[in-house]
Amino acid sequence: MKSLDELKKIREEAIKNIDLRDTNKSTRIVVGMATCGISAGARPVLSALVEEISKRNLKDVQVVQTGCIGMCRYEPIVEVYKQGEEKVTYIYMNPEKARRVVVEHIVNGNIVNEYTIGSEEN
Amino acid sequence: MAIFRSHVLVCRGTGCSSSNSEKIQKKFEDKINEVGLEKEVKVIRTGCFGLCEVGPIVVVYPEGAFYSHMTVEKVDEIVEEHLLKGRIVKKYLYEGSIDEDALKSINEVNFYKKQKRVVLRNCGIINPEDINEYIAKDGYMALGKVLTEMKPEDVIQIMKDSGLRGRGGGGFPTGVKWSFAAPNKADQKYVICNADEGDPGAFMDRSVLEGDPNAVLEAMAIAGYAIGATKGFIYVRAEYPIAVHRLEIAIEQAKEKGLLGKNIFNSGFDFDIEIRLGAGAFVCGEETALMASIEGKRGMSRNKPPFPANKGLWGKPTIINNVETLANVPQIILNGADWFRSFGTEKSPGTKVFALGGKINNTGLVEIPMGTTLREVIYDIGGGCPNDKAFKAVQTGGPSGGCITSEHLDTPIDFDNLIALGSMMGSGGMIVMDEDNCMVDIARFFLDFTVDESCGKCTPCREGTKRMLEILNRITKGNGKLEDLDTLEKLAVNIKNTALCGLGQTAPNPVISTLKYYRDEYEAHVVDKKCPAGVCKGLLSYEITDACKGCTRCARQCPVNAIEGKVKEIHVIDQEKCIKCGACIEACPFNAIIKK
Repeated sequence: MKSLDELKKIREEAIKNIDLRDTNKSTRIVVGMATCGISAGARPVLSALVEEISKRNLKDVQVVQTGCIGMCRYEPIVEVYKQGEEKVTYIYMNPEKARRVVVEHIVNGNIVNEYTIGSEEN
Repeated sequence: MAIFRSHVLVCRGTGCSSSNSEKIQKKFEDKINEVGLEKEVKVIRTGCFGLCEVGPIVVVYPEGAFYSHMTVEKVDEIVEEHLLKGRIVKKYLYEGSIDEDALKSINEVNFYKKQKRVVLRNCGIINPEDINEYIAKDGYMALGKVLTEMKPEDVIQIMKDSGLRGRGGGGFPTGVKWSFAAPNKADQKYVICNADEGDPGAFMDRSVLEGDPNAVLEAMAIAGYAIGATKGFIYVRAEYPIAVHRLEIAIEQAKEKGLLGKNIFNSGFDFDIEIRLGAGAFVCGEETALMASIEGKRGMSRNKPPFPANKGLWGKPTIINNVETLANVPQIILNGADWFRSFGTEKSPGTKVFALGGKINNTGLVEIPMGTTLREVIYDIGGGCPNDKAFKAVQTGGPSGGCITSEHLDTPIDFDNLIALGSMMGSGGMIVMDEDNCMVDIARFFLDFTVDESCGKCTPCREGTKRMLEILNRITKGNGKLEDLDTLEKLAVNIKNTALCGLGQTAPNPVISTLKYYRDEYEAHVVDKKCPAGVCKGLLSYEITDACKGCTRCARQCPVNAIEGKVKEIHVIDQEKCIKCGACIEACPFNAIIKK
């Protein structure tokens, strides 16, 4: 070890590895991962979300899975909970859509209306 | 670097490891491979979570789901339900972590809520066998800061300002200790980490070494820089194999990364650490005996002065700090003395780790700000005594400490308050006793320990404690006399005043404090020949009452055939033959056997 900067660099990399264990985050993305969700393709969606968030170094975002949300025909379903905002439910997700949600909704704060359950029901 | 969406943390401290957590970890890895999640879910071993009572513990992130009482059999269901389908298996969660069906954050669980984890901050969070995880938690940043931005005297000043006092039991200000060694000129100085944790029931230091070994290494290097030492020794008991193993890994990884060795941070500062194993002699926790042991001599204490800061290991200036003391150091450097003083009390700043044991619901490891009351520790964190038994006393400081009664439960814990109560902080063992504990027997137990562990160098300790033990043995067997109590007191005072080292000087404490607060129990043993708590076998008798239905179960259980009687007739115990083992009481379905 030759300098503090060298140590800081190692730290930046290492944090990515353990950041997952911090449960105190203001944004939660929940992926429906019951049998219905998995068979509709929820697993690649989950992986895409995790990858995209790690790639962009978004520290305040947690991705968790959940069981059946109850609207199996809309699977894969992804729900976004931001602190102080109403829950947003995205339906018929795939990895590309998931990446777009991370960029537009999580990073820039603009809900991707065309993917939400509201757009379907209207 | 692979990205995982979920981490499964398996406690691999000594407690959970002894109840099979190694196999549980293996099973998780196998099952995760079997269902094809090995690229998504990572299994990680950690140090102690603290709540040993409900171990083995497994925590799954990102949810923070806290599974308790884990078994190998439960693994399949957790992998299939939770990891594969996202359904947390609620029936296996620790019940204290669920609030109306929702998952509580771990910090909200009663056991953790009142704790402040400084020393244990990484225990149960990081993998102690991966230095990168320690670095992610700001590891070695303090060493970097010290070596690149601070002068040795600044380091000592910040330690003095923090008011950190030795956590091994002495309570001596750490910064002052360092300042004694710093100005001494010598070709070689040493830093020693005292990891010879020997109090019965104490396992704080072991848990720190198992859960966060790098914190201790980093602190030793900082101490070395502060006093001008280039060599460190960790003196650790051979009975702590997991701790030793993880220390070895940590030292190797730190050397690989250049965080130990030559020219660290390009500052010109060299520091190396070696491990020395102790054979488990209690006296080797005393610093002069410890140094003798490192030098390869028999572990015996010597007179002070000269103090180690002037003439220590191989006659060179040496500082000796306890594991927990050292684990505080990097945090103080990074966050400042004022931050450290923001917890705890004026004279005892910071936190203290206690090993909670005995008659308590939440056996385990707790870290609290100094000044927390005993009541908060025992009831709010520890959950009180099991089976609705009445609290009787808490023993702190192990064989050097004393018992504190229920009337003093609201005392804020710090070094000085505990001494004022006739006990001491010690290294942090806290053994809770309920109405079923006999205080005479407790005093006898601790004295038996110190008699065994006395090194034999000085007469007061070698002969004096032995005589005290003989008297106590006599009392618990029903052969005591009232004068014995006065003799005990006299001996205790003499040994305290004349013994060579801390072991002897504090050995009478358990007797003194129980005699002070529970003299009536001693008198009951001596005068009435009764043990009120029903512990001392020599004073007990078992009798069968009229409630006996003659089922013969007790007679069949008795290992010495002391019970006689015909079927459907009341049985009788032959007091001559009875060895008071209590097997009959457990066997009797009618509660017809009583202990007197």
